[in-house]
Parts: sequence; structure tokens; C-alpha cells
Amino acid sequence: MTELSQIRNFSIVAHIDHGKSTLADRLIQLTGTVAERDMKEQLLDSMDIERERGITIKANTVRIEYPAKDGKTYVLNLIDTPGHVDFAYEVSRSMRAVEGSLLVVDATQGVEAQTLANVYTALDADHEIVPVLNKIDLPAAEPARVAEQIEDVIGIDASNAIQISAKTGLGIPDVLEAIVTRLPPPHEGDATKPLKALLVDSYYDPYLGVVVLVRIIDGVLRKGDRIRMMRTGGTYGVDRIGVFRPAMQDIAELGPGEIGFLTASIKLVRDTRVGDTITTERKGIETPLPGFKPSIPVVFCGLFPVDANEFEDLREAIEKLALNDASFTYEMETSAALGFGFRCGFLGLLHLEVVRDRLEREYGIDLITTAPSVIYHVYMRDGTMMELHNPADMPDLTLVDHIEEPRIRATILVPDDFLGDILKLCQDRRGEQLDLTYAGSRAMVVYDLPLNEVVFDFYDRLKSVTKGYASFDYQMAGYREDYLVKMQILVNDEPVDALSTMVHRDRAEMRGRAMVEKLKELIPRHMFKIPVQAAIGGRVIARETIAALRKDVTAKCYGGDATRKRKLLDKQKAGKKKMRQFGKVEIPQQAFINALKMDG
Amino acid sequence: MTAEDWQAGGFGLYIHWPFCLSKCPYCDFNSHVAATIDMAAWQRAYLSEIRRIGTETGPRTVNTVFFGGGTPSLMAPDLVAAILETVRATWPCANDMEVTLEANPGSVEAGRFRGYRDAGVTRVSLGVQALNDADLRRLGRLHSTAEARAAFDVARSTFERVSFDLIYARQGQTPADWQAELGEALAMAADHLSLYQLTIEPGTAFGDRHARGLLRGLPDDDRAADLFTATQEICAAAGLPAYEVSNHARPGAESRHNMIYWRYGDYAGIGPGAHGRLTLGGQRWATETPLSPSSWLAQVAQTGRGETPRTVLNPREQAAEYLLMGLRLVEGLSVARYERLGQEQIDPGKVADLEQLGLLEHHAGILRATAAGRAVLNAVIRELLPD
Repeated sequence: MTELSQIRNFSIVAHIDHGKSTLADRLIQLTGTVAERDMKEQLLDSMDIERERGITIKANTVRIEYPAKDGKTYVLNLIDTPGHVDFAYEVSRSMRAVEGSLLVVDATQGVEAQTLANVYTALDADHEIVPVLNKIDLPAAEPARVAEQIEDVIGIDASNAIQISAKTGLGIPDVLEAIVTRLPPPHEGDATKPLKALLVDSYYDPYLGVVVLVRIIDGVLRKGDRIRMMRTGGTYGVDRIGVFRPAMQDIAELGPGEIGFLTASIKLVRDTRVGDTITTERKGIETPLPGFKPSIPVVFCGLFPVDANEFEDLREAIEKLALNDASFTYEMETSAALGFGFRCGFLGLLHLEVVRDRLEREYGIDLITTAPSVIYHVYMRDGTMMELHNPADMPDLTLVDHIEEPRIRATILVPDDFLGDILKLCQDRRGEQLDLTYAGSRAMVVYDLPLNEVVFDFYDRLKSVTKGYASFDYQMAGYREDYLVKMQILVNDEPVDALSTMVHRDRAEMRGRAMVEKLKELIPRHMFKIPVQAAIGGRVIARETIAALRKDVTAKCYGGDATRKRKLLDKQKAGKKKMRQFGKVEIPQQAFINALKMDG
Repeated sequence: MTAEDWQAGGFGLYIHWPFCLSKCPYCDFNSHVAATIDMAAWQRAYLSEIRRIGTETGPRTVNTVFFGGGTPSLMAPDLVAAILETVRATWPCANDMEVTLEANPGSVEAGRFRGYRDAGVTRVSLGVQALNDADLRRLGRLHSTAEARAAFDVARSTFERVSFDLIYARQGQTPADWQAELGEALAMAADHLSLYQLTIEPGTAFGDRHARGLLRGLPDDDRAADLFTATQEICAAAGLPAYEVSNHARPGAESRHNMIYWRYGDYAGIGPGAHGRLTLGGQRWATETPLSPSSWLAQVAQTGRGETPRTVLNPREQAAEYLLMGLRLVEGLSVARYERLGQEQIDPGKVADLEQLGLLEHHAGILRATAAGRAVLNAVIRELLPD
């Protein structure tokens, strides 16, 4: 056990690419936590997708031992938190497990929206914050200007910001020293009290079962203890206790203020909810830590195998993925057009993409992803309310009184030059401006937007209209009634349920037109002409026609061509199986997602 | 003994001469440019292969011989004569055996026409390709329009039957340009025309240029379809209706050799890269030969067998080949024969759908593609092939 006064628990708040992972690597390296030969870039991001996208999905921890200038050796526990809005709740839990944060800002870029959201979460958690200006070795670095911006935008003192280059290692010793001198030790902690520990995060390991990251508040956790999860009620015998350095290292016990892991033959990540309180099975505490909430999916879509024969493979893959991701929900769905698949719920769009990518990449399943949907509250005339996750389930309109949709409060930071584009984008997406302020040459815009206008391609559009210079963050902001209708797409006069979407009535014509035009490009010509229509309750609001194929014949076909021609036709025949058949029409896989992408 | 399936199509020999004076940018055929050619060695190889295949097939009537290439009009008439003599000595030949030779319409070749006729050639097919000098150059042809017309006249007075090829749907070619050119071609009074839409094949010079976006002004599918329809109408009105996707003839002047392919008869493929279909011992074999001229020549000389390993075609493959060949013909194919070959029924629902679309006709046991169906034949065949 370590003395409370010699423990420092902290997290790093930074925007993507501002150098969080590199700084973490340097801290680990400089303290000799990892042998030089085992260093690889971004030690803490373990999933391929995390590495590729430069994002953190799961919280990671690392314990560093640092001999400070005062002659004492301190235990520094770094929690690397997810950095994306989809995982805002997980971030807030991680923040509760530590007492301070390093705020890392790229001295060539300045503060971004995501940084802002996370720094507010840190302030909410009463963190001491040490500003760190990174990349000061670059010629474009403007530490003075960025420090001023931190004070203006965030409102914290940046006069003693530490100037570093995580890449070259410049200033890293100063950071270590500041962690000890400027961040507080754990505020409370009594080893004699009953066990009280915060469940920070968990993940599934095929050999160990579920590995649980914990922060001990009071009491001591030892191997062999019987523990109880206070929210989910499960009880378990602790098999292993240890810390991450960053490889797993067993230790005998974890005392107050310490951060580490436990394993207890837990089979499902679902049984270890982020934010839960862990105590002993007997003589435990009565009141759990405040602030727990189960993670709730906000974006839904259908996932169907392109090849209907792969349904069982998809089921298996989804079940395996769900083992390690409690926030992702799924249930079987049957679509008239797509057959068997799953309706899945996600914390946000990034989460959706990550799960879809993993299913395709790690399990080799080609997927059709249907239009993402949010949860609508459909109030019926009989006074009941139903949650609508799938436009296909929209009840008969004569039974519906009104519909409410979820809204978000979006914060966008953008250079002046692109402000007009951003305002137009938000306006086009039915946004209502709440605030517009300037900090230097950057504007901060706050909009109230319907979530359904954001779930699909808002982020892509934002990036493209601002050449990547805007940053974006959001919080859920309740439900509000609006004039929403279900728009159906009919291909060759047959409704394709996978393309149904909920839209605002005023935007229906525009969306419908855009979708049928897109589909006209995406569906190959057939031997007959194909009408493609958008309709609201049987009334057609947009129509395009895919002309019939008129020319597809091999000019020369003689004796020497028979074999090649036969094989080619066989191959094309096999290629047709990659498309989904709707009545007599074959729709390629990409059409489902691409049809929804708006150019404006 | 009941008739074997191939007899519904007949039996022909295809002789491949792989050499050209230069390679055309649109051509993906097995053709080579060589500095010197050992005519004696080639003659020994051809004759040896003819005798070998004769031993395998035993006596059966040869209906047609076709010299293709490459540029067979680069062959010495003596070589052609020796080959045909050997064919006659090997198999019984039909009295009206059709012997076609593909010829380049240059002045040098025209000088050899009489020699070919004396050797037994009854029909020439001239690679005219265009009646427009600028386009001939673009197509990489070495002859001029004037030379082509002169060669055609010599051919017309030398052979019973003359055909020529044109390539259309060329870069920048308007419907009016093509109609005028086709009118000129029809006025030349050939009894047979092969009219091919320019196809950009991967691995050719045009293919490379196309991939790099350098081949501009090619018609899109709709314009190509219009050109195809106009071609059908103009030729029919001039008395040379289409009898196959790209082939037009006065009734009775169809290429009998090519009809063997489309009616799914048997054919022996002799020479580098030549394919064959041979029914032997109750099985239909697909034969192929080494592609490279020197390998083929050496293999024949050393082993007495200028073939790569053969494969037996299963019922499904035979039916597919009969379908994809037979539907090219205006006369169509026999459903009974198709089902006998494939040992599988043709899907009546799919046939009915395609009839509904006006792409197919099914009448008195004959399945035929309509003119509209022939323009989208690949799609029609994909639909009809069993899943």
C-alpha cells in the first residue's frame, strides 16, 4: 500500500492529434516503466481501430513510479480516457477516479471543441488542471497566443503552462514534477473502513475473463476477497489483483487512492457497469457512490449480412463483440427486404462505425447498414407513448397524436473564415442558434439541433465545409415535438423498408429528391426501367426513373471465346449474389449507406 | 446409333496463323510480329497436328476450314495448299466444303488471292475495318481505303464469296458518319458483312489509353445502342439482315464455319492459342494449345502433340456454352437440345419474364433473342443461366 500523500491520480485532456498518447508514452518512457526495447508508439491504445483512428475507446490505466526532486518516490496513476463525445459518460466516470488533469493543447492549433467538453467534465469533477502546451518545437507554435486563448475560452490560469514537445521529449521532466507539486493527492481514503471502490471500466480478455479497472476510495482490496457490485448485484471471488505498468503486474493488495485491476471469473462485461460501486460481500458499505447511470444507446441502425447465408456468422460475431462492449445493444430484426439481421443501438455515430468496422474486419462479414435512426417518442391518441427505434415500426398515423424527437446542444469551434459555412450547415439541419462568441480569430457557436440531422453525415459535412478546421461536440438536450413524418422509398413500386427514414415534413421533398437522385446513380441499369420514388403515407413526393439497359453484348464471340465467355458469365452470376434482390431489382450493398449521404 | 449432339452443328477445322506485320491497338487476339518465319517448320507442325486429330476423331465429314489469325494472308499459298491437301487426305470432306481465309486488304495480299483460290480457298474475309483513312490510321491499320477497295475488287473477281469487317462506334463517330459509311459498304455488294462495335479490351494499347482517360469521344451505352439499332435496320433494308449479333449476310451466304460455333458443333483448333470442342468417346472436350508460337511449334516437333491438357465439359457447362452461343443467332436455339445437354429444365418463369420484356421469343421449341434482346444479350444470358 502506498501513502495517500505519495499518490497522484490524473488524466490527460486533449483533442485528437494534440499529442495525448505521445505524452503518455514519454512519461512511461522517462520513468523507465517500460524497457526501451518494448516501446512502441501509443502504448495505451490497444485496439487496431484505436491506433488507426488515433482515438481511445476504452479507458486504460498505467502506474508510473517517479522519484521526485523532494527525494520521495511517488506513485502516479494515469487514466487514459476515451476522447470522443460518444463516450462522454465513460469520460465523466474516469474523471471521477482521479484528482487532476493535464490539459494538453497543441500550440500550433489552439483549443478545440472536444477539449472544451472534456475540460469542463474535469472541472465538474473538481480537478486541479495543469495546462501543457505541446508541439512548441514546431515553427508554427504560438504558445503565448494559445495560453491566452486557454484563459479566454476555458477561464483557467495558463500563465504557468508547461511548454513541451512530446515528440522530442522537451519539457517532460517538468510535467512529471508538476504532477507531484501542482496536483493534489487523493482527498480522502481510510484503509480501515469497509471497501468502497469505483468501477472505472472493464474489458473482456479471452484468458482472464472480464478485467475490471478500479479506483479504491476506502478499504483495502485483496486477492480472495468476496466482492459485490452494488448496482448489478453480482458477487464474485477476486482471483487476481494488480496494476498496469502498462503490462499487467500482480500485487498483493490495493489500498485507498490506488488504481489497478481485478479479475474475478466474471463472464460478461455487461455485469461490470462503468460507474458502479464495488464493496465486500459482507460488512460492505450501504450507499453506493453517486452519479451512476447505465449507458443508453442513442443511435440505432439495422445490420444485415449481404449474403443471407451469413446470418449465423453475424449472430456469433455480434455476441462476441458484445462480450467486450456493454454499451452496444442488439436484438434480432426481420426486414421484408433484407431478411434476418439485427437492430443495434450505439452510443453515437463513432461507436456505430467502430462496431461495424470491427464486424467487417475482424469477423470478415460484409454488412448492409440501414439508415441510422434516433429514438423518437411517439405519443398515441390513447395517451400512451412508444419509443420508436426503427422507422419501419412507425404505427398507423391515424393512431398518432404527435411525435417528439431528441435534440442536442452542439458546440462548434471554427476559424472565422468558415463561420458562414457552419451557420448555413446548422441552419440547413434545422438548428437554432443559442450562442455565438469569438476568441481570437476563432468563433464558438452553440446550436440546438435535432439529433436525427446529426447522426448521419453532419460530422463529415462539417469537416468537408471547413477543410477539417472545425471541431464539434454535443450533449443530449431533451425531446421536443416537431412535424415528423416517415418517408418511404419505393424501388420498382415496392417499398424498401431498409431505406425508410423519419424526416421533418418541411424537408421531406428535399431529402426525398436527394435520395431518389442518389439511388438512380447507385442502382445499376436493369433490363427494364425502374421507377424510384420517395413517398409519405402513399403520396409520392419525388420520383426518378432508371432507364432500361440498352446495350450489353459482346461484339465478337467465336470458337476461341466460348470458355472465357462462359467463365466470365459465371463470375458475373456470382457477383449478382453480392447484391440484394428487391422484387426483380438488385440493389448493391453500398447503395444503402450512400443513398443517405447528403451533399448539402 | 443415335446422333451425337455435335452433329446438330457440324464439324469444322480452325487453323490459327499467329503472325501480323504489326499489332493493332484494339486487338486482343493471339497475334505476334516476327522478323523471320520458318515456313517449312510451320508446315510440318500444321500437317502433323491435322493427322493427329484425324486419328483421334476417326472418319467424320469436315464441313468447313477457317484460316484465322493473326494475318493468314501472310501465309504462302503453297502452305495453304499443303494444309488443305492433308485435310482432304485425313477426313472425308463435304462436297461444298467452305474454306475461308482472313485477309488483310492490302495490295501485296491481293496478289496472292489467285494462289489461295487455286489451293482451295472458297471465301475470304477482309479486315477492311473502316472506309475512312483518318480512322484507319487511328485503328493502326496499314492499308488505305483505296487499297481496301482495290483488294475487295480483286477478291470479288477471284472468290465465290467475299465478306469484310468494319468496326463502328469509333471515337467521335456520329450516327450520320456511320450511316454514310455503312451505305458505302453495302454498295460494294459483298454478300456478307461483319460489323463490330469497337470494344476496349484490357491489355491492348486502346485499353491502356482508355484506362488513362486518353480515349475520348467514344459513344456511351445509349448512343452505342442507337448505332446498333440503326445498323440492324439499314442492313436488313439492303438485303443483308443480321443472322448473328454482329454478322449480316444475304440469305444463304452466312459463314458456315462460324455457324458451327454458334450452333455448338465440334471444331478442332490447330495452331498456337487455338481452342477446340471435340466430342470423343461420348464426352465433349475443350481443347487448348500453347499460346506462344515458338512454344507450340517446339511442342509439336518434340512431342507430336500441340495441346495443353484437355478438360471434359460437364452437362451444365455444355448447356451454358450452347446458350451463350445459340442466343447470338437470329434463328435461336432448340430448348429440347439445351435441356438434353444440361440435364436440367430451363426456368419457364425467367423465360416468361424476358418474353414479357420483349427480349426473348419462345415458340415451337425454339428460344430466340429479339433484336432488342441481342443488344443486351449478356444480361439475358446471365438471367437464364441456372443459379
